[in-house]
Amino acid sequence: MGHIQLKQVKKSFGDVTVIPPLDLEINDGEFVVFVGPSGCGKSTLLRLIAGLEDTTAGNIEIDGKDATGLPPAKRGLAMVFQSYALYPHMSVRKNIAFPMKMAGMPKEEQDKRIAAAAKALNLTDYLDRRPGQLSGGQRQRVAIGRAIVREPAAFLFDEPLSNLDAALRVGMRMEISELHTKLATTMIYVTHDQVEAMTMADKIVVLQAGVIEQVGSPLELYRAPRNKFVAGFIGSPKMNLIEGAEAAKHNAHTIGIRPEHIDVSTTEGLWQGTVGVAEHLGSDTFMHIHGVPGCDPLTVRAGGEVGVKHGDTVWLTPNLTHLHKFDAQGLRIE
Amino acid sequence: MATQQSRSAARFMLAPAVILLLGWMLVPLIMTLWFSFRNYLPLRGGDLGWAGFDNYVRFIGSSSFWPSVQTTLIIVGGVLVITIVLGIILALLLDQPMWGQGIVRILVIAPFFVMPTVSALVWKNMFMDPVNGLFAHIWKFFGATPVEWLSQASMQSLIMIVSWQWLPFATLILLTAVQSLDSEQLEAAEMDGAPFHSRFIYMILPHLARAITIVVLIQTIFLLSIFAEIFVTTGGAFGTRTLSYLIFQRVLESQNIGLGSAGGVYAIILANIVAIFLMRIVGKNLD
Ligand SMILES: Nc1ncnc2c1ncn2[C@@H]1O[C@H](COP(=O)(O)OP(=O)(O)O)[C@@H](O)[C@H]1O
Ligand SMILES: [Mg+2]
Repeated sequence: MGHIQLKQVKKSFGDVTVIPPLDLEINDGEFVVFVGPSGCGKSTLLRLIAGLEDTTAGNIEIDGKDATGLPPAKRGLAMVFQSYALYPHMSVRKNIAFPMKMAGMPKEEQDKRIAAAAKALNLTDYLDRRPGQLSGGQRQRVAIGRAIVREPAAFLFDEPLSNLDAALRVGMRMEISELHTKLATTMIYVTHDQVEAMTMADKIVVLQAGVIEQVGSPLELYRAPRNKFVAGFIGSPKMNLIEGAEAAKHNAHTIGIRPEHIDVSTTEGLWQGTVGVAEHLGSDTFMHIHGVPGCDPLTVRAGGEVGVKHGDTVWLTPNLTHLHKFDAQGLRIE
Repeated sequence: MATQQSRSAARFMLAPAVILLLGWMLVPLIMTLWFSFRNYLPLRGGDLGWAGFDNYVRFIGSSSFWPSVQTTLIIVGGVLVITIVLGIILALLLDQPMWGQGIVRILVIAPFFVMPTVSALVWKNMFMDPVNGLFAHIWKFFGATPVEWLSQASMQSLIMIVSWQWLPFATLILLTAVQSLDSEQLEAAEMDGAPFHSRFIYMILPHLARAITIVVLIQTIFLLSIFAEIFVTTGGAFGTRTLSYLIFQRVLESQNIGLGSAGGVYAIILANIVAIFLMRIVGKNLD
């Protein structure tokens, strides 16, 4: 069980409204990612759900019951913090056991669950160490272990991977996804990294300044961003947004075209430009093209080994079936 | 400090400080040891030659010796317990966001800046005086007979006065420790279902262990030698004669420097026993 519903939830700190009234439904078993730029209120929203902050107005329902006034411990949710928040004076075993000890669970059951969690998270050899003696990835696993032994209604993750190095991050991303498939428990995951959002989520919630810009599956957001903000935020490298005469040709204020939906040619095409910086990744090449009116620089993706270099002239042709159109308010035009 | 050269340079630079400190400590220590073996009565003939272990035997054989050791330990222990318990409570309260936090914190620290003699006199005359003291007025207001604090409850009064002086120090050190506790840890514990007393026992107290150790060690050093507070309040009467006060009486009131010096050596031994004892129980928190 882990159905969470927010109804007109609002949060202010003093006079500053961080989250204007907001509605959101999270279904049982879903992997929901809150994504948005730093400071947009993702953590605050998560902490409201966790019960670590009081709502200024509105209701939070967990499994159909009003949980707005419930203390964190009574909500049946488990949270993994960005700083891991492990208890430094306790061994890994005691850290993982802590929530069960607080719940007064029998010792044998505790040991059983610790052993199972340690096995699933590759921590068996480290159970008697202190958190200070573990690497970042291992600490992360302990934090997850401490969360799973409680068998919560839902897991809350606040940027759990942002303190890890890039390689480890990819690995942990997969492990968390796998954990979700295995446990089939609701997970709410906060990140500012759209790659994490795209790769892990069943449902992405894009936030900006406390406002939900769009809710949808990763591909829905990729194919049909509801506005310019979502268009620019989802997808890597960012979508090119072109204004002016070129947009007017399509009866739009702004048109958007993703770097992977532009054909590059050295001989002919719709737009002409000069190659600026080119990033060769082996599999792909991302080129910054200067001189296209309404968008400077324009980013395009070309195949692995294109024979162009800095200063060359190239012609670009957008793939019109993947063209996005936006009006003056930045909203999508179908 | 890795290379040979930087190490010898460091030694050279440290030398003046080390020599000064050694001189500062060694000269009085050696003089005390010297006098403790002499029969030295300034008003009754001056230095009358070697006394062997007579002074030591007499000092420890005096009926005041063991009571004074006991008094010393009770005062040190009592003040430590009170300042640490109240210090933790105050530190936790002062860490809460509240109106006028800055001023409240300064007020809490203030007693530490009052000289021991002055604060003891203020307590003695303004609070504990059985006729004019504030406590006497309060007692009378409720129809009770005023307590003669410094004679009827002399030890308790003394411990209260000294605790009042040292509470700010303990609070300050403990407050900085409380503030350095990661708030996410407490939130994690809250989510794990730990009520306040569990969070206190499992998170806050272990986090404060190091600060408590420092408070205990530093306060013990100073509390073993408190003097002014006793001098201006009870003058060592009513069972408040500590070891250092006994030494003072032997040297100045009995004018027996040899005997006092022997007492001084006993005081050093007592301080070392206390120090070893403390390092055993709390010292492991410091590594
Ligand atoms: N306790 C607080 N008091 C005042 N303002 C806060 C508090 N917590 C967060 N904020 C403000 O709320 C906004 C959203 O913060 P946060 O939810 O942490 O953003 P995110 O996690 O998306 O980076 C920020 O502008 C931040 O300054
Ligand atoms: Mg955040």
